[in-house]
Amino acid sequence: MSRVSKSRTPARHPVARRTLVRLGASLLVLWGAVTLAFASLHLTPGSIEDTLIGQSTVTPEVRAQIVADYGLDEPVHVQYLAYLGRVLKGDLGHSYQLHDSVSSLISSQAVPSLQLTLTGLGLAAVTAILLSLLTAKRSRLLRGVVSGLELVGISVPVFWAGILLLTVFSFQLGWFPAAGGDGFSGLVLPAVAVAISVTALLSQVMREGLETVLEEPFVLTARARGLSDLAVRFRHALRHVLLPAVTLGGWLFGLVLGGLVTIEMIFSRQGLGQLTLNAVTGKDLPVVMGVVVLTSGVYVVVNILLDLLYLVIDPRLRGAHEPGS
Amino acid sequence: MSRVRECRTPRPGVWGAAVFLVLLIAAAVFPGLLVSGDPNGTDMLAALQGPTADHPLGTDANGRDLLTRIVHGARPSLLAGLGVTALSIAAGTVIGLAAGLGGRIADETLMRLVDVVLSIPTLMLALLVITITGPGVFNTVLAIAFFMVPKYARLIRTQVAVIRRAGFVEAATSLGLTRVRIVLRHILPNAFQPLLALATIEVGAAIVAVASLSFLGLGAKPPAPEWGAMLAGGRDYFSVAWWVAVFPGVAITLTVLSITVLGRYLQRRLEGRPA
Repeated sequence: MSRVSKSRTPARHPVARRTLVRLGASLLVLWGAVTLAFASLHLTPGSIEDTLIGQSTVTPEVRAQIVADYGLDEPVHVQYLAYLGRVLKGDLGHSYQLHDSVSSLISSQAVPSLQLTLTGLGLAAVTAILLSLLTAKRSRLLRGVVSGLELVGISVPVFWAGILLLTVFSFQLGWFPAAGGDGFSGLVLPAVAVAISVTALLSQVMREGLETVLEEPFVLTARARGLSDLAVRFRHALRHVLLPAVTLGGWLFGLVLGGLVTIEMIFSRQGLGQLTLNAVTGKDLPVVMGVVVLTSGVYVVVNILLDLLYLVIDPRLRGAHEPGS
Repeated sequence: MSRVRECRTPRPGVWGAAVFLVLLIAAAVFPGLLVSGDPNGTDMLAALQGPTADHPLGTDANGRDLLTRIVHGARPSLLAGLGVTALSIAAGTVIGLAAGLGGRIADETLMRLVDVVLSIPTLMLALLVITITGPGVFNTVLAIAFFMVPKYARLIRTQVAVIRRAGFVEAATSLGLTRVRIVLRHILPNAFQPLLALATIEVGAAIVAVASLSFLGLGAKPPAPEWGAMLAGGRDYFSVAWWVAVFPGVAITLTVLSITVLGRYLQRRLEGRPA
């Protein structure tokens, strides 16, 4: 019985089914992150009001208000459901240290962080594509040098890459502002720091893929049609190695988000990283919980976007939902 | 023939990595053999000196010799890296075994939990734990270990699920061996094999994570000769003394690079691919 249904369902609408499964998994991830945040609040030793208040001092009225707002006199499962409900409505709680709601704190700090993340990732993608396309299956020496550089790039800690760039290009050469810095000139060094390890990882994966793809018969066909070597690489081979690179996308995004905390500190930039670090050192748990929930939300959205990107890159996946055609 | 040879003879890079790691372990066990002097011995007259014959890597703002401090920094970094890896392998093995040998419900529940943890950046989760437990060396190691568990759990589970159906396990069962004995003597040793390469590479990742948290001021505190903490303590002097910014980071990078190179060599050898 179960065998029959098993073999029938996936054949019918593979794309729709896959999307549904992915969506379900995404919701599960989000739910898990929210639960984790809630659990961390309750696992903290001491009373929950004290944890929520952190190191700031509040009047007894505010304390009573917190107990009422969070339903701290209710049983745990009621509190949990209430917390889930609040998160669903976009209410991530209140930072008593910064006298503001966590949601508005996050949204005010999100823009500079997003700028940095996207610039870093974009830079990494372009560099990795060029690097891998231009060096795959070239001379031994060139490949040796590039793969050595990739290994170093993977091994360099993000925060030290930031320190090194700051020391060389701001303090020694004076090309870029050392701290803060509005606009483009302040964005360059942090973006490069963020991009280094991502570039190295991507380039490595894509170069390995290219070495196999360039052996395929279709490459020979393209060459026989008189295409130049570069045209074969950029117009035909690239598409094939983008897929494995995109698969890494969600993970790389997480890598960059994790790196924001140190990079924003080193370059004295505003952003989510600074907000998180100050919250951790100040024991401002509501903010840290909010950032964790947000991070998992971003991860889920990024993965859904990447899933759509698969369809753009590989047309074969698009036609798959019409069996028999 | 040549494939086999290629597989057995490591490249020069692998030798370099091995030599560096031997030096590093020597530095961690007997720092006094490589450098003389106290890593915390201050000499205000020699503060912030560039590399000289007396101080090959220069001195910091309190006149402490950077080379001495970097050599002494090998122990906390290696201990933290190995500690994180050992803790996470232990927990990952238990979870992986439970998922691989338990029923479907246990398997699904544990693996979905693993998915959740893997979807949030390790550093973010570690920060959440540190907010609760407070900063400190032990707490950072624990926080990072906790979130490296899923990788091992997943790997062990996959291995166990395959191995438990292998012929030799069936043979052991038909010989009447106890379940515990089969798991400990026959399934686990085989499941551990691919773990070796992953664990090696992850020691490097753990060292970076620990150093990052120390740099943020959440792990080892500045006077301690720990690489991340040295960079944190030198932050105010990067603009006037480049060596304070450069050398501790070189130590971290070379360590991680060597570990990665060696880990990948192991991986290729275990998979029988050319080195």
